[in-house]
Amino acid sequence: MTEILKLDEAIKKYVKPGEALALEGFTHLIPNAAGLEIIRQGIKGLTLIRMTPDLIYDQLIGMGCADKMVFSWGGNPGVGSLHRFREAYEKKIPKTIEIEEHAHAAMANAYVAGASGLPFAVMDGYKGTSYPEINKNIKTIECPFTGQELTAIRALNPDVTIVHAQRADKEGNVWLDGIIGVQKEAILAAKKAIVTVEEIVDHVDEKTGGTVIPNWVIDAVCEVPHGAFPSYASGYYKRNNNFYLSWDAISRDYAKFQDWMKEFVLETKDFAEFYKKLEQENYA
Amino acid sequence: MRDQDYTLSELMSIVASRMLTNDDVCFVGIGLPSEAANLARLTHAPDIKLIYESGTLVTRPDVLPLSIGDGELSDTALSVVSVPEMFRYWLQGGKIKVGFLGAAQIDKFANLNTTSIGDYKSPKVRLPGAGGAPEIASHAAKVFITLKHSTKAFVEKLDFITSVGFLEGGDSRDKLNLPGSGPQMVITDLGILEPDPITKELVLTHVHPGVTVEQIKEATGWNLLVADSVKRTEPPTDKELEVLRDIKLRTKIANSGAAK
Repeated sequence: MTEILKLDEAIKKYVKPGEALALEGFTHLIPNAAGLEIIRQGIKGLTLIRMTPDLIYDQLIGMGCADKMVFSWGGNPGVGSLHRFREAYEKKIPKTIEIEEHAHAAMANAYVAGASGLPFAVMDGYKGTSYPEINKNIKTIECPFTGQELTAIRALNPDVTIVHAQRADKEGNVWLDGIIGVQKEAILAAKKAIVTVEEIVDHVDEKTGGTVIPNWVIDAVCEVPHGAFPSYASGYYKRNNNFYLSWDAISRDYAKFQDWMKEFVLETKDFAEFYKKLEQENYA
Repeated sequence: MRDQDYTLSELMSIVASRMLTNDDVCFVGIGLPSEAANLARLTHAPDIKLIYESGTLVTRPDVLPLSIGDGELSDTALSVVSVPEMFRYWLQGGKIKVGFLGAAQIDKFANLNTTSIGDYKSPKVRLPGAGGAPEIASHAAKVFITLKHSTKAFVEKLDFITSVGFLEGGDSRDKLNLPGSGPQMVITDLGILEPDPITKELVLTHVHPGVTVEQIKEATGWNLLVADSVKRTEPPTDKELEVLRDIKLRTKIANSGAAK
């Protein structure tokens, strides 16, 4: 049954070194608090899976937690590069990172296949592009009915998927609304799932909209207010575009990045303290 | 409008916006395409249906999104669908009339690179990657491309093809059996390029006011073909400039506060 846990307990219980993790979120509801807790606990050797890796994967990579990244668009949206990712990939700082690269359509399909219990997804994509040359998980397949040439993508089945949502009830049913990205598929494709939420309430349902993910596919729910910051939680708080702009300067230089991470992440005991410190220093 | 009472960047967005019509269903890339598509919606194409890959169908943002999934897009959308649904039903399913893309690099057959420059495994420049672009380029009924002109951006041959235009020209795109017809126009800050109907090589067809053909050839990394009769782009109207400057100002104000 779904356990209501503190975030540090959930990460300690379910996230192990060397595992493949998906911290999904498509601009909205990015599980930033969970990512920072992984950094605090120093969990290393991870394969990080996400369609749109942004700041939290930049932080995990810069802190040496990742061996590999699987992705389909990696950047600081509207701002520029992920400096820690680029320096890891281009200069092996702090260590080598392997990449497996897709387009959005393929990666979304790979999660759907994983959630559907299939070993691969079928799509019409990638034709004429360079992707099949650089990713061995893209193959050509013939339709058995029409003979049409199609593309097969190996399914994604993360060891652990972590997402952030607006609410959960006391039984651990999760409710989210707004841009829902690929979160549901990523949870259903995973062996284990952790969901952080803005608040735990008595009851959730879809009568007034939104999407409910039932509790028996979720291992742990953690209440973490502002847990998506600097991403947003529709109905709770807006995206902090200023922080995304600030991150460019914080992350550009490795030494400065390390100092910042030490001061703000490693030396704060949890996300609440981290967020309070950001407010005090005018980042939030 | 008096000559040069505007920047070439403004002109680029305005010219790009004119390519869209009121009946279009447009899958919009972030950045320059988003600026042009929203300008079209706020001027001559009020009923245009704008779609972003984050899942927002028929969105009407009041400010330009910084990211493809800003709350402004979902708050003002007719419907928000999941990302798998967006790519499977709406794009792959053939429900998109126009794809509007930007890029870091383009070649003479309008193939695009947003992945990496140099050797893939040890790149000179590692770019963000594909996002939704490869399947927008292959599945939208037609494609418009907008990017700024320079020899770094307009290169003879790409190191990596992220999204297909006309591949190696001629009938090479046709042989891939892609559902969409490919790029129709490339709108830059200096002019407009269109594919030759037979060879599919990009040809300069329009020059923006105050720009020379020679200037455009110099900013292109291959020997750019020039149409027999090159047309002069219509300068921006007062209305177009006013609407563009308004939305950019609103965007700047919205992004300047720490939005809680």
